[in-house]
Amino acid sequence: MADVQKIIGDAVKVHGTERKALMPILQAIVQEKNYLSDEDMISVANVLDLSSAEVFGTASFYTFLDTEERGEYVVRVCKTISCHMAGKDEVINALEKNLKIKAGETTVDKKFTLLTANCLGWCHKGPVMLVNDEVYPELTPQKAVEIIQEHKNR
Amino acid sequence: MSKYTVNLKINEIPISVEEGTTILKAAKELDFRVPTLCYHEDLCVAGNCRVCVVEQTGSKALVAACAVPVSEGMEIHTNSAKVRSARKHIIELLLSEHNSDCTKCYKNGNCELQSLAHEYRVGDHVFADLVTGKHTIDNYSPSIIKDDSKCIRCQRCVRTCTELQSVSALAVAYKGDKQKISTFLDHPLVEVVCTNCGQCINRCPVGALIEKTYLEQVWDAINDPTKHTVVQTAPAVRVAIGEELGYDPGNRLTGKMVGALKRLGFDSVLDTDFTADLTIMEEGTELLSRLKRALVDKDPDVRIPMTTSCSPGWIKFIEHTFPEYLPNVSTCKSPQQMFGALAKTYYARKKGLKAQDIVSISIMPCTAKKYEADRPEMRSSGYKDVDYVLTTRELGDMIKQAGINFKNLPETNYDSIMGDSTGAGVIFGATGGVMEAALRTAYEIVTGREVPFDNINILPVRGMEGIREAKVKLEGCLAEWSFLEGVEVSCAIAHGLANARRLMNAVKSGKVNYHFIEVMACPGGCLGGGGQPIPTSKEIRDKRASAIYQEDENMQIRKSHENPEVKQIYEEFLGAPNGHKSHDLLHTHYTARNKY
Amino acid sequence: MEIKTMKRVDIIFAMEGVDPVKVVENAIKRDQDDIILDMIDSGLKGRGGAGFPTGLKWKFTRNEDSLEKYVICNADEGEPGTFKDREILDRVSEKVFAGMAICGYTIGAREGFIYLRGEYNFLLKKLNQKLSVFNAAMKKLGLDFVIEICSGSGAYICGEESALFESMEGKRGEPRNKPPYPTVSGYLGKPTVINNVETLVYACMINRLGAEEFKALGTKDSRGSKVFSISGDTPNAGIYELELGMTVDSFVQEFGDGDTKAVQVGGAAGGCVPRKQFTDTVIGYEGIPTGGSMMLFNSTRSMYNVLHDYLEFFTEESCEQCTPCRVGCQQLLMGIEMIKRGERTPAYLEDLKKLAKTMKISAKCGLGQSVANPFVSIVNNFKEEIIY
Repeated sequence: MADVQKIIGDAVKVHGTERKALMPILQAIVQEKNYLSDEDMISVANVLDLSSAEVFGTASFYTFLDTEERGEYVVRVCKTISCHMAGKDEVINALEKNLKIKAGETTVDKKFTLLTANCLGWCHKGPVMLVNDEVYPELTPQKAVEIIQEHKNR
Repeated sequence: MSKYTVNLKINEIPISVEEGTTILKAAKELDFRVPTLCYHEDLCVAGNCRVCVVEQTGSKALVAACAVPVSEGMEIHTNSAKVRSARKHIIELLLSEHNSDCTKCYKNGNCELQSLAHEYRVGDHVFADLVTGKHTIDNYSPSIIKDDSKCIRCQRCVRTCTELQSVSALAVAYKGDKQKISTFLDHPLVEVVCTNCGQCINRCPVGALIEKTYLEQVWDAINDPTKHTVVQTAPAVRVAIGEELGYDPGNRLTGKMVGALKRLGFDSVLDTDFTADLTIMEEGTELLSRLKRALVDKDPDVRIPMTTSCSPGWIKFIEHTFPEYLPNVSTCKSPQQMFGALAKTYYARKKGLKAQDIVSISIMPCTAKKYEADRPEMRSSGYKDVDYVLTTRELGDMIKQAGINFKNLPETNYDSIMGDSTGAGVIFGATGGVMEAALRTAYEIVTGREVPFDNINILPVRGMEGIREAKVKLEGCLAEWSFLEGVEVSCAIAHGLANARRLMNAVKSGKVNYHFIEVMACPGGCLGGGGQPIPTSKEIRDKRASAIYQEDENMQIRKSHENPEVKQIYEEFLGAPNGHKSHDLLHTHYTARNKY
Repeated sequence: MEIKTMKRVDIIFAMEGVDPVKVVENAIKRDQDDIILDMIDSGLKGRGGAGFPTGLKWKFTRNEDSLEKYVICNADEGEPGTFKDREILDRVSEKVFAGMAICGYTIGAREGFIYLRGEYNFLLKKLNQKLSVFNAAMKKLGLDFVIEICSGSGAYICGEESALFESMEGKRGEPRNKPPYPTVSGYLGKPTVINNVETLVYACMINRLGAEEFKALGTKDSRGSKVFSISGDTPNAGIYELELGMTVDSFVQEFGDGDTKAVQVGGAAGGCVPRKQFTDTVIGYEGIPTGGSMMLFNSTRSMYNVLHDYLEFFTEESCEQCTPCRVGCQQLLMGIEMIKRGERTPAYLEDLKKLAKTMKISAKCGLGQSVANPFVSIVNNFKEEIIY
């Protein structure tokens, strides 16, 4: 389990406790555990002297600051136009089948969350997906499954 | 330094205004009303709803009149074809995301979107209905109902909760089509830091935030022959009820209001001012006793400054936000709850009634009072001390429902007992009023003389500054209070919870030292309460305040300790202030709460 | 009208003979006002899409009397079809840093920030390494200017400059009212120059090459060259630096697959140019401006699907604070769906077009205002595909 208090403490040392520290602190937590739990948001609110609703309101604005529990690996498949044209549907179908979940869901073992995302900035090399921060362009359904398989074995 | 003057034209008419003036205000000076929804003069400018867009010659895009300052040579058209068409579109868009079942809406007839739709004669719904079953209604709170299907995301509530109240129970969450006004994780209001102050209700342009109403329960009680209904009216109601009934703000209508309540069928119409006076006796005694413990006994456990406890919004705020200061809060219940406790004990005994046969109702300028009445701490009589709390607005509804011609009503006096009041009780309705009433009494108890202010009007504690300070030096003290000789009693007053937070942070930092602090959760005090008539503005609150102080000046008795019924209740029932019986019925303690 | 033929240029990515630190070193020997004059003279306009003259932006900010000023590099490239800034940051980040440092020197800022979109987090490590070397070099030059990276977290709207400031300040990325403009009140309410990644590289290169060489390229209204992100139905998808002022036709000749029926210029927020307008449409500020996204569609593509994708994108990425954008996007999306399903008559398209026009003139920020661009251009040119 990630020690969120420590993550917050370390981030505060770098970024301080002003409001502008909010994003880096939330990002640091998400970097470690892929999402923000209710308690995490309350802790951050207390440290920055903000209301928890404001922290939640800010976090929920940003796609990558998930406020719902996520798996160890968050897979985000780009669904915007050029990836659509290049076959993102087939990639998503293959991943859904392989992971036995629908897009938006997390595997029972909490290892993978499959999500769709808006333009990831690889329109010339679609379809593309992110697995946490790593990027995988020029996917085929088979290639995507292989990448997941490789993560399963990590 | 005087500001520059800017010359511009609005609808072809030249006008000169001060630099920095918005187009909206400049137009208003020329008597052109530009419609608004997200704009509210108590709040910062959002520029979100876009209803106020106007045309600026030379600019392709329309500009938001509320947000854009005037500039030299500007030419503005507030009603051009382009403006009208865009504005109508925007109103139609808002209606398409708004549950427009107006006849079933609590705000029917007092809804800014409804008025705009009417003004622009919006006919057939052009656009698809976006109000599907996805919206939630939070009606768990005894004070406030939040109905997201009516929300038009103007964010006035969020700005109110954040800027005016620094509570931030409400925030904007998510983005895209999922965006909504939300509490922390969308928990019900009753589970989060919401203080129930109702300021959001006062500023919601539609019916997305309303008070929970208990009208029908009150009618049932009135119509139940086995029940004896006792109604109390808070000080701030009498100067605002008129706004619900066709009067301009600032009319004192105490006598007509009492008359109306009698016609509505309440068995006994009494005054919260009575227990306001009682509060002064109890709280003043508590303050003097704390001062004695601090100054003479050097008791390390005594907590100074003492803060007032009349405002239930303030109580819930301190429970969540400054729980370490709960021991500083006066143990006195609020006047409403003192009244409730006495209605089912002292009053019942005097009238030969059984407590269980009494239905105790209060008319309050406040929504937090509804929550307060529901608190487990508030059952000292063995029953729920106050059964139902209605707002000033709900009283207006009752009077209208009953078909009473309010304007023609004769002036009527409150019933007895617990109907006597003083000017000191009345001013509880304005920020600084509790402080002034307390000083009038405490000073006289300690020195045997009236407070040394002209006509006992303690002007330094009055006004609308967010935080005010006053010092009163005690000189020539009576023998038993000689320990206070020469002491300068240092007081502070805050209204609006953002100011309360600032004040408490200053206290916490040790930068300031006070003996006594008055806090009212709402801007202006109770007269600006969350249960008062809508709309609200500084101008309206100022008028209500001057009405309150006029009421005080016109009272025969203006000091709480001189209230004859207060003297009587101590003789017959309570014994001495802060005595055993008082302690059982009139005092309580509060507990720390969660921080979200 | 002045028209150029398609020509490849190599300014942005060229590193041969270019030492970014040296460029800064030379620049800071000059008078700030001279740098601004050069920048104005070059005719460089912002490459993020809005096209505000960069020299003026610097000048306005320099003229502000404030102890604190900021330089911000907008690397929140989120426009569908745009991926050039990622490549620039990946390959020639030092030139971006140099552009920021020169700007900092010119306007009197001591801090610079790169707001990097969260989708590009994989670049962070490398960028931070290069940045520490660069910051050290600036210190050595005696220039009091430090650059830091701020990360985004997945929000298209944060590419809008005032939304970006809000995000950096730890808030929801909701655009602010304008005025005041960033040159007066930007990040933390201080005068701020916010430039796109590509703009800053050109700023660096104008200082390296001189304004003359830059303005020799392009047309009167569109000086210089521009990096294009090319995707869709093309055999040559990728990143290309091209001279401004060519027609869509000459572009398609080079990049089309022989069956191009439309080009979406400027991403989801841009306009759709149908084949019949290829020859008459100039790519540049006098014709159709672009942040660099060029997406080609051939005859196998349904323009309904294209428009649907764009509207879905906007519906999800709108900050939703202002009415026209919040409700308008949803209405446009539902509207074309309803027409497609036959629940509304084709005449409803006219209502939707009027709505789009209202959005264009009444939305609070550029996002809401630009939704009308793809909507009106696609609906006007491919009406049958939308209806049937």
